[in-house]
Amino acid sequence: MSGVLLEVESYSGAFWSPTNELVPVLHQVSYRLKAGAMTAVVGETGSGKSLVALSILGIQPPAFVHTGGRILYRGTDLIGLDEKEMRSLRGAEISMVFQDARAALNPVFTVGRQLADVYQLQHGGGRSAAMKQAIEALRRVSIPEPERRARQYPHEFSGGMAQRAMIAMAALTCRPSLLILDEPTTGLDVTIQSDIMELIVELSRQRGLTTCLITHDLGVVAETCDEVVVMNAGRVVETGTTEAIFTAAVDPYTRRLLAASQLVEAAA
Amino acid sequence: MQLGRMILRRMLWVFPVAFGVVTLTFFMARVFNGDPTELYVPPEATDALRAQIRARLGLADPIPIQYINYLWDLLRFDLGISFTTGQSVASDLWDRLPATLELGLVGLSLGIAVGIPLGVMAAVYRERWPDFLVRGVTLGGMALPQFWVGLVLISIFFVSLRILPGPVGRLPIGVPLPIKITGFLLIDTLLAGDPALWWQAVRQLALPALTLGFSTASPIARVTRSAMVEAMQSDYIRTAIAMGHGRRVVWFRYSLRNALLPVVTLIGGVAGHIFAGAVLLESIFAWPGLGQYALQSIERSDFAALQGFVIYASLLYVLAFLLVDLLYMFIDPRIRA
Repeated sequence: MSGVLLEVESYSGAFWSPTNELVPVLHQVSYRLKAGAMTAVVGETGSGKSLVALSILGIQPPAFVHTGGRILYRGTDLIGLDEKEMRSLRGAEISMVFQDARAALNPVFTVGRQLADVYQLQHGGGRSAAMKQAIEALRRVSIPEPERRARQYPHEFSGGMAQRAMIAMAALTCRPSLLILDEPTTGLDVTIQSDIMELIVELSRQRGLTTCLITHDLGVVAETCDEVVVMNAGRVVETGTTEAIFTAAVDPYTRRLLAASQLVEAAA
Repeated sequence: MQLGRMILRRMLWVFPVAFGVVTLTFFMARVFNGDPTELYVPPEATDALRAQIRARLGLADPIPIQYINYLWDLLRFDLGISFTTGQSVASDLWDRLPATLELGLVGLSLGIAVGIPLGVMAAVYRERWPDFLVRGVTLGGMALPQFWVGLVLISIFFVSLRILPGPVGRLPIGVPLPIKITGFLLIDTLLAGDPALWWQAVRQLALPALTLGFSTASPIARVTRSAMVEAMQSDYIRTAIAMGHGRRVVWFRYSLRNALLPVVTLIGGVAGHIFAGAVLLESIFAWPGLGQYALQSIERSDFAALQGFVIYASLLYVLAFLLVDLLYMFIDPRIRA
């Protein structure tokens, strides 16, 4: 639990505006992901939490420009890597689950085919062997009738089922050390949300994954995460263990965020 | 099974649409050219003679009877007699069809084979010089009239460089056609075991096919480009990259398949246009196809021939869009549901 797998170090960036000016959006963002731990990055929409995560994989939007800082993965700066080196890390070392799983899967290929493609890419082997692995991965994330489901297209999946398939692809078909989840339960029904979180926690524990959960749902964070990073307006305002953040937050923004989520819970 | 039923249902739709097309053609002909008798008789003919000819042409009957006769004739592929050629219109169309199909197929294949890769390239190198080049050239291809492009190609390759033959049809003047088997010269010459004749046919076909290919490739490249750009910005492409897929897989497997949907629609429309006979193009190259036939029938007020051509062209569009819809079912699984 002591080693640091990934370290974001004074990472700064800006967007090109339509008038060709650089508008800073990330200011000296720094946080660490401890190996084997589950770290939450919380903050409001637009706080820059997803942008940092996309930067880790080098899939940030084209208008985004890196203006300073480093992202160290096992001591290597990811910023300096060329496309080929970056590609060899994607999926194999670092993998990502996205928010809207039905849009994140390709509409014209079956779910099984997409998982099998990723399996072949990461582990080689033939088409039919890869398809078997894809079906196994779907079974592992509790998708009923995985053989039939594998032949279906993303539009035939519910949001929750699609997110399970996405998790199977990112965490099982790929065998990463670091799994980043970008708002994985947003937009799903509340009961489905807790099922998905349970699955994520179970897979992370079992596989010894280092997990980075990007969310604005503090209830989920309190239940599942070890560490918390709070971001606001492109800055990290506070980091600490979940216990410390929830019982003795120092930063006024963190306190406001906590108070707001407790109000919501009290009302519910 | 479900897909099979959908395909069948879509194909059955062709019949009401075709029925609508031929009905419309009939009534439009009656409105715009109420009495073609005048075309057949000399001005000094007597009224009795006119009445006789009207009766022979079936124009003396009331409209509903004429309509039923017309439908009955159509069912037997009887489109009437062309008075310029003296042949039945159906056999005239049938004779000229291979020339149009051969030119159209080669031109369209060229257009697709060039247009789609150019569009992909422009999308991949978006806002860089290959993109600007493709956009510039294709803008030209869409803005310049086809007949003008054809004339320029003739003046370059025939008049100036003298490396390709002049616009005298499917074979050089005085060279007899091979025995008609398929009607496609590129096939019949080979079946006749005459590679020299095949080469002559290829050379005659080169300029009109290039002209057609250029004007077809341009819209295809532009639509491919914009559809590819859209696909490449999608969430599912971001996923594919995040999972470690290489650029080629992302472009040609994951993006292109999605981007092909609008391209297929466009190709359907273009194909309908081409196979209905590119009238001006066929005129310039003296290509003995359906476009020229249609032009001649207009010039000579050959009523039956023109009506036959209109029916053929309309049904061709119906078929082209049937094919597009069927292709859609294979490319886009969301339509099957």
